[in-house]
Amino acid sequence: MNSANIDNIVARPKGLVKAKLSRDDIIMRGGMIVIALYLVMSLAFPLYSMFSKSFSTFKYDLSKFEVQVSDDTGQFPPTIVSLESLNGELEAIPNDELSTGSGGRLGVTMFFPDFSFRSPVMYRIRNVDNQGRFLVGSTLVTGTDWQELDSNTFRRVQLRPVRSTGLSNFINYFSTPALFKSIQNSIFISVISTIITVILAFWFAYALNRSCMRFKGFFRLIAMAPILVPSLLPGIALVYLFGAQGVIKGLLFGASIYGPIGIIIGSVFFTFPHAFLIISTALAISDARLYEAAISLKATPWKTFWTVTIPGARYGIISAAFVVFNLVITDFGLPKVIGGQFNVLAVDIYKQVIGQQNFEMGAVVSVVLIIPAILAFAIDRIVQSKQVALLTARSVPFHPKPNPRVDSAFTIYCGLVGLFIIGMLGICQFAALIKFWPYDLSLSLNNYQFDKMDGGGWGAYYNSIKMALLTALIGTCVIFFGAYLVEKSNGFKTGRAIFQMFAMLPMAIPGMVLGLAYIFFFNNPENPLHIVYGTMAILVICTVTHFYTVSHLTAVTALKQMDKEFESVSASLKQPTFKLFSRVTVPVCLPAILDIAIYLFVNAMTTVSAVVFLYSTKTSLASIAVLNMDDAGDIAPAAAMGMMIFYTNIFARIVHLIISKGILTRTQAWRASG
Amino acid sequence: MEGIKDPQSSYLSIKNLWKSFGSFTALKDVSLDIKEGEFVCFLGPSGCGKTTLLRAIAGLDLQTSGAVVQGGKDISNFPASERDYGIVFQSYALFPNLTIEKNIAFGLENTGRSKSEINERVSELLDLIGLPDQGPKYPAQLSGGQQQRIALARAIASGPGLLLLDEPLSALDAKVRVYLRHEIKTLQQKLGVTTIMVTHDQEEALSMADRIVVMNEGKVEQIGTPNEVYCKPETLFVADFIGEMTQFRGTISGKSLVKIGNTELNMVEHRFSQGREVSITIRPEDIIPLGS
Repeated sequence: MNSANIDNIVARPKGLVKAKLSRDDIIMRGGMIVIALYLVMSLAFPLYSMFSKSFSTFKYDLSKFEVQVSDDTGQFPPTIVSLESLNGELEAIPNDELSTGSGGRLGVTMFFPDFSFRSPVMYRIRNVDNQGRFLVGSTLVTGTDWQELDSNTFRRVQLRPVRSTGLSNFINYFSTPALFKSIQNSIFISVISTIITVILAFWFAYALNRSCMRFKGFFRLIAMAPILVPSLLPGIALVYLFGAQGVIKGLLFGASIYGPIGIIIGSVFFTFPHAFLIISTALAISDARLYEAAISLKATPWKTFWTVTIPGARYGIISAAFVVFNLVITDFGLPKVIGGQFNVLAVDIYKQVIGQQNFEMGAVVSVVLIIPAILAFAIDRIVQSKQVALLTARSVPFHPKPNPRVDSAFTIYCGLVGLFIIGMLGICQFAALIKFWPYDLSLSLNNYQFDKMDGGGWGAYYNSIKMALLTALIGTCVIFFGAYLVEKSNGFKTGRAIFQMFAMLPMAIPGMVLGLAYIFFFNNPENPLHIVYGTMAILVICTVTHFYTVSHLTAVTALKQMDKEFESVSASLKQPTFKLFSRVTVPVCLPAILDIAIYLFVNAMTTVSAVVFLYSTKTSLASIAVLNMDDAGDIAPAAAMGMMIFYTNIFARIVHLIISKGILTRTQAWRASG
Repeated sequence: MEGIKDPQSSYLSIKNLWKSFGSFTALKDVSLDIKEGEFVCFLGPSGCGKTTLLRAIAGLDLQTSGAVVQGGKDISNFPASERDYGIVFQSYALFPNLTIEKNIAFGLENTGRSKSEINERVSELLDLIGLPDQGPKYPAQLSGGQQQRIALARAIASGPGLLLLDEPLSALDAKVRVYLRHEIKTLQQKLGVTTIMVTHDQEEALSMADRIVVMNEGKVEQIGTPNEVYCKPETLFVADFIGEMTQFRGTISGKSLVKIGNTELNMVEHRFSQGREVSITIRPEDIIPLGS
């Protein structure tokens, strides 16, 4: 009997079985919903506010207001005039200057040239319809009732703009050459920095993976150092090296470091570790059998390099390129410090918002910046998924053979790259300890008296540590728990897919954009979450969200390595999933959990872009202090503070290492025995 | 359904089970009854639905439709944690960071047992599986066969009514496998626990099971004792899947006669009409060469 027969004979029963949820199922789904709500509040809603802001324009619509003016005895004539016709006669404000921001206010007395607040003349004013609104003092008046005011009160009447939705902000943006030029500038510096960084990082990684050069461990450490400092710091270092009074400014042959040259050199510095890590991973998984085959086929080393090495590492190289591109185009700190008159998108957002208070235009630039960032992110994800497929293939690890000439060439090369990195950090530390560069080179600790400078003083430094610790603690809990729920819960497929998408999103959102989106969402007085605005809490929430994706992926990778039947076994033994989670899952994943914590800590210490919009005078941060002190011309203290961040991160790394090696050997005895 | 005692006194009844994954149907109208204390094997090639059926019984992947009744209680939509069974997976799924003792004790906690009762039960189980001194070790320190027995001990620790074994021996090497077959069977008889084992290894099924459920493409092909499925296969698939056989096309030529080519053979009485084309299968051991 074949299957078609069976299907015909037995009609499929209609009564579908609907699962009865266990307590654990309900708890896990509840937990997932809570964390998904967190992501909606901290990501989706703010981004939505930002998008809607970019399409909003505000304009004083004078046709919405009508006035009546009395004679000297307070008697009103029957004539009613609209402000629009009044403005038409007087030409008090040209029509194209009626555009404003969401907070715009327009004093009404400018339509009455012979207005005097002492005159006995009375005024009546009203909105023509429900869209109009104006302030009397601080009281908002809506509705169409007449307000009768004496002239002393009338001078305190301010018109409010009407909101409309459309593309006019974008049209405005693209017809402003100064702003439009930034797109070109941003792409230019990102492409050039990407090419240089990827080439430098490739040979560095190649030397460490494929040669028998010495001091590999040392160079590996050096290569990772830039990750521990804010991206502002290389900018400061470049000022000291190549600035107006720079040590070796002669090397530039008269070119200015303030501009694309500075941004590119600094970008190479701060993106180097990212590119190095990715390419190094790609080179480390190469298959020795391919090289043996190449040798047996008598291929030249040159040919082997192009036919075996490069194809094997191509996904790593492409992925590194897009990661670097993304980092450079979204970076704000470096072009702020060293960019000079060379405008880029990320700095435009800052200038529009902080400098000109033009939030709508800031939102427009953000939308423009999101596009290349999302593209780079999407391509990187596609490439990375292919890299994983390569990893699963079983390969024989490659062991390089000594070759004195090549090895010493690589040692020199790595030495030069190392010198570049150490030099950049060293000059900052040196400058920080100098009394008055370049006139008095005696050593002093004056630059560490942060309390005498703008930017928040030592308080900012302690705030940073507090913020980084809270981010590491809260972020690790939320992210790991969220990853556990999405990986290990049963059913609920759509919910889990949506959650995964939310978890991937933050990586595609530039920090500046996230920060600005937070202003729009959290600084709205109608939002009950408004209370966190200006507190430490919003800084922590923002930073956790900003660095959510990488941490989430780390957690998911660790969880995927766990036997997928643990939850089934635990359920069959009638034990609550929470017990399994605390007694098995967390202890086994402890190394990954500690990695997430240190990643969040270091990034919270160095981040500038998202939090620059969100700090208040009470919650200034060390990285923000670097920015503000540099802005105020206190460059040496800025360097000193930047190096404080560096040492703090080194200290945190050492603590992380001790915990990983020390405590883990005790709690993870089972691992060694295996 | 609840409370109605099954007339055939079966301990576990599967009734008209269907399971679909999207457009793919993994189980097609599966029904079977398992008696108390019985050792049943689900046997079939990979992808035949035997593991899907086991997971439906365990409540790990719920069936699309149909009923599961255990001990007279309809548990069709119960979550795994509210069912009464112990399970051993192919990977054993031992908790790597807990000692052997802690692994076995995992399911004994939160059940109203005192610490000393738990310890007593754990050492009793370690004796039972023949690993009395291994309690303080970690799973990674034991061999595959030992780990397998620990997983078994953990599954039976709290005395479940049903023991589910999902390919428990397939990760082991051949020698250990044969030894453990015997061990598991002895243990099962000693405890008298109703047991279902999923396997694709017919030798395993034939040597261990009281009854075998042969499955193919999501359907039950035959349910019977090892002897029945081997000697009286009900379908061509069963005849082909279990043991060696040679297949011929033949024509019915008499009440107990069949013609293959030009040779006429005697056979058991059948229900086919004269002249009907049939498939004939012959086991190699049934061919007895006669000296000339």
